[in-house]
Amino acid sequence: MVNLWIDDHEVKAKEGSTILEVAREKGIHIPTLCYHDAVSSAGACRLCMVEISKNAHSRLVTSCLYPVEEGLVVKTNTERVINLRRVIIELLLARCPNVKVIQDMARELGVEKTEFELEDKDCILCGLCVRVCEEIVGVSAISLVNRGNKREAATPFYEASNSCIGCGSCAYVCPTGCIKVEDVGDKRIIPRWKAEFKLKKCRVCGNYFAPEAQLDYLRRELGLPEEEFEVCPNCRVIDNDVSYEEV
Amino acid sequence: MPRINSPSELEEIRKEIQAKRDPNKPCIAMCAGTGCLALGARKVIESFKEEVKRQGLEGKVDVRENGCPGFCERGTVVVIYPEGICYLGVKSEDAAEVVLSIQEKKVIERLLYVNPSTGEKATYEQEIPFYRNQIRHLIGNNTRIDPRNIDDYLALGGYGALAKALFQRTADEVLEEVKKANLRGRGGGGFPTGKKWETCRNALEKPKYVIVNCDEGDPGAFMDRALTEGNPHSVLEGFIIGAYAIGSHEGYVYIRNEYPLAVENLGIAIEQAEEYGFLGKNILGSGFDFTVRVGRGGGAFVCGESTALMASLEGKVGEPRAKYIHTAEKGLWDKPTNLNNVETWANVPLIINKGADWFGAIGTEGSKGTKIFSLVGKVNNTGLVEVPMGITLRDIIYKIGGGIRGNKKFKAVQTGGPSGGVIPEQFLDAPIDFDELTKLGSMMGSGGMIVMDEDNCMVDIAKYFLSFLEEESCGKCVPCREGVKRMEEILSRISEGRGKEGDIQQLERLATAIAEGALCALGKTAPNPVLTTIKYFREEYEAHIKEKRCPAGVCKELINYFVIDEKCPGCGICVKNCPQGSITFMGKKNPVVLDQSKCTKCGTCFDVCKLGAIEVR
Repeated sequence: MVNLWIDDHEVKAKEGSTILEVAREKGIHIPTLCYHDAVSSAGACRLCMVEISKNAHSRLVTSCLYPVEEGLVVKTNTERVINLRRVIIELLLARCPNVKVIQDMARELGVEKTEFELEDKDCILCGLCVRVCEEIVGVSAISLVNRGNKREAATPFYEASNSCIGCGSCAYVCPTGCIKVEDVGDKRIIPRWKAEFKLKKCRVCGNYFAPEAQLDYLRRELGLPEEEFEVCPNCRVIDNDVSYEEV
Repeated sequence: MPRINSPSELEEIRKEIQAKRDPNKPCIAMCAGTGCLALGARKVIESFKEEVKRQGLEGKVDVRENGCPGFCERGTVVVIYPEGICYLGVKSEDAAEVVLSIQEKKVIERLLYVNPSTGEKATYEQEIPFYRNQIRHLIGNNTRIDPRNIDDYLALGGYGALAKALFQRTADEVLEEVKKANLRGRGGGGFPTGKKWETCRNALEKPKYVIVNCDEGDPGAFMDRALTEGNPHSVLEGFIIGAYAIGSHEGYVYIRNEYPLAVENLGIAIEQAEEYGFLGKNILGSGFDFTVRVGRGGGAFVCGESTALMASLEGKVGEPRAKYIHTAEKGLWDKPTNLNNVETWANVPLIINKGADWFGAIGTEGSKGTKIFSLVGKVNNTGLVEVPMGITLRDIIYKIGGGIRGNKKFKAVQTGGPSGGVIPEQFLDAPIDFDELTKLGSMMGSGGMIVMDEDNCMVDIAKYFLSFLEEESCGKCVPCREGVKRMEEILSRISEGRGKEGDIQQLERLATAIAEGALCALGKTAPNPVLTTIKYFREEYEAHIKEKRCPAGVCKELINYFVIDEKCPGCGICVKNCPQGSITFMGKKNPVVLDQSKCTKCGTCFDVCKLGAIEVR
């Protein structure tokens, strides 16, 4: 365990944990957009930057990546930090003026408007979709392509990806909601990835509940028999002793 | 060639090579570096070879293709040994005369360097001011060896430092020597090399990797290319010595594929070094093993950044990551890794051969040794210059560079590449080293040095560099991706006459946020061109914003071309050359008339008029 100060709190933390993890545990708020505790940290949005000092020397670091150290003094809300966050959120507001989460965070940071020329994008390029697809789902159907301002999250060659299983994890972690998943009848459509999937019908209730591609993937990965994936979660019974057939 | 198994065998072979060579045998040393090749050196070299045959001198006169001597401005550069007669701007047509002159022991006056200010000619390399004021420890051997022939390197004492390190020094002693020399990283950061090596050496995990960074993304700098092309063994020798000191057995050279000749020459050098036993298992019989592989980069500027470079080597997208855990602890494939730039590695054999004290005697308190700069822009002599740390900008620009072209007035010099800063006239006498450049708001960076004169607009310059950086930003972090774009937007607006009150403050606000908030050094330094131009040339920004005027006459939207009637004899050359037909011929001896409504401000009339009758304001 190491001892450190975050704002006015003296805290004990597990070695190897990051400043952000420790701060969140203590209920200290640090804004983030590209962080999710299920995936690795990228340090891309830079909103979580905090000021640290060691031996009278202070600097800004990304709290989602900086590992705690003995005697570290962390300030999460200095003028330097606030000024930086304001510029960052203003830059994002100019990029995505119509995205609610950005508007809300801008307001929270005291930024009402931006003087930069407005664009109308919905993706902030946090890369969470890409990380969840690679690290949690394990299919890497999408990645961040191109450089600089041409950067975007996309499937290979902007075509429908053979690897995508239509699970929708990307949409689930997306902070701006720019990845839409639409289930219509027996089809699931993810327009952003040009993806279309056939949905599986529940053998019990008859509702469509998951893409067949996803169920196939799970069956292969988990090595379970096909019957395991024929019934929707709602129709499964919590008590393992009673099978859904009996119900 | 059998492997060399001991230092004594190395010395024997060296003597053999030297004995076979007649120091008095004439040799035509011709630059076959990328710069001269681009000027057509291949054809020149072939003409010389044919001419030697034609005059029946085969075997009597050697023709050697060597690396870049630095004076790229005057290519093809040819040096006649043993005398060391230096011919510049040599063409194929000169072959017969030059080869004949060797037989007749004559000097061809018309191919010699002429000092533009005194009219004096210089016969030998050392008499040319461009060379005379340099100290060429690293690049000097480029004219004396064929980079594809390891024997040339051995004849000059090559790999002697490696033998010394392996057999007369422990790894710790080598490390101490480099630390004592206070060699600092030539890649631009200036981090103490010895300290870096030590951290990697002390890291617990294994294996350890070492890397040569030959990505050199600054379009205006090419010293790493010149060294890798022209003297690859000097880089390899330093690399092997470093690996020994660090305790690494596996090394990578990351080199941009846009340097095809460097890739080729390096590949040949590695093969030859393996064959001779300087690489591979049991090097020179010392028991030390080290192998080198080449990784080719796709040409992204950001891949010169160490973590992005390592990601690229691993086969991932070349994007930087936070360095809170140093690459010396967790680098390539999460193993301890030591990365140094080409020029840094090339310094190592010198330090081992001549000692830390010798090295430390060159340079300033904080920056030791020499540094190679790419001197380009509006100076008379452009090319690569190697100078001791602590030399003044004035000496580089005036003594070596021969002053400003066309007797224009010096305005500023951009050092450190696209993310460096501009330094104005009042600092021409500042001693140039790592710390002094940083103090002035610029940096050592790539070693690029772009000289600008009164005709350069500082807003335009800042815009130019920012648009380069905007394009080369990897786009991972918000401050660099979005912030640099916005800075470029504001600069474009100012240069187009749409600047407004508060733009300078907005630029400064963005600059601070990017410098503090960006993920890697590319982003953190990206505001430098803007900050330094604002700092030293604020009035120029204000003229653009408040008066809608470009004092240097560069920003198209803010200038107009005018005919000065009193100076115009109506020769009509501008009329003929104007692509828009906006100038009307009014008869001989009558001044021409320029129609502003048709003019696209291309500047052709201004360029073609020999009488100064076109004015820009």
